[in-house]
Amino acid sequence: MAVDTNMNVLIVDDYATMLRIVRNLLKQIGFENVDEATDGAQALQKMKLKKYGLVISDWNMEPMTGIQLLREVRNDPDLKPTPFIMVTAESKTENVVEAKKAGVSNYIVKPFNSDTLKGKIASVLGAF
Amino acid sequence: MEKIRSVNDLARHINEAAKIENTPPRLEDLGRTVGALTTAWPNNRGIYDQLKRLADFIERTKAEIAAIRPDDVKREHLPKATDELDAIVEATAGATNRIMDAAEVFTELSNRMTPEDADKAMNAVTSIYEACSFQDITGQRITKVVKTLKVIEARLEQMVSSSGLEGMAPAPRLTAVPEGDAALLNGPALPGAGHNQDDIDALLASFDN
Repeated sequence: MAVDTNMNVLIVDDYATMLRIVRNLLKQIGFENVDEATDGAQALQKMKLKKYGLVISDWNMEPMTGIQLLREVRNDPDLKPTPFIMVTAESKTENVVEAKKAGVSNYIVKPFNSDTLKGKIASVLGAF
Repeated sequence: MEKIRSVNDLARHINEAAKIENTPPRLEDLGRTVGALTTAWPNNRGIYDQLKRLADFIERTKAEIAAIRPDDVKREHLPKATDELDAIVEATAGATNRIMDAAEVFTELSNRMTPEDADKAMNAVTSIYEACSFQDITGQRITKVVKTLKVIEARLEQMVSSSGLEGMAPAPRLTAVPEGDAALLNGPALPGAGHNQDDIDALLASFDN
């Protein structure tokens, strides 16, 4: 199944620069409908108001971290099926294990390149 | 502290000290106790010598802690280091945004290029975006360093408190204060702390008046 690049994508990061980078990379891949949130709580609020086909979130944010957001999403029956990719500098095994336990769809370690982002999105949503 | 004149005085002193539970011994108190003990047994050379060595060790330790000038480190050096690190994050964020502004202009211009050139241009722009993610990593690393500095600050405070050096006159500086031309080298100023080009031009112009 081909990826629907018209879907709404939510990117979550507390670094404005990173939001801009990911937004631009997504735009180059073909995603035009991209929203931003600067922490987990803000992302959760947006997810309850609008349906997103993909969430790409950082881990290390305050007050609500990426892993907390992921748990909230997976515990909410309406949001549970949303594909969720963690993009983070946290690269220890325990981080990846914890994210997997919480139900992450895929995991990208920063710094990353466009091909990695595209590849991980394809592995979650299907080929482009 | 009372002077210890006999074994009974010593026993009473130890008993009283033992009543203060959960209070870590302060270097200053230990030093005074050892000093009192050396006075109590001036003729017993074995005990006296050992206590004297202990007293000397405590004094040396106090002097070494004072030589670090913990108050200076806490009030001046650590906040300055933190400010410098914050300035790095701010400067790299500013530079990254400018680079991305330029890359976005380039993306728009690529619409007017031949498909082949546009492809090349977009590959270059993608590389620029990817490289710009260094700023996020740099910021996170610097945040870790700032947290470590906070831990050092807390430990210093604990060390000063347990050594009984609070309020004491600081020891002389171990590092020489730069003089002459060396004193002019301060590196880049923090935002707002130095002069900008307009200030410099105005200053230079003021010499001509």
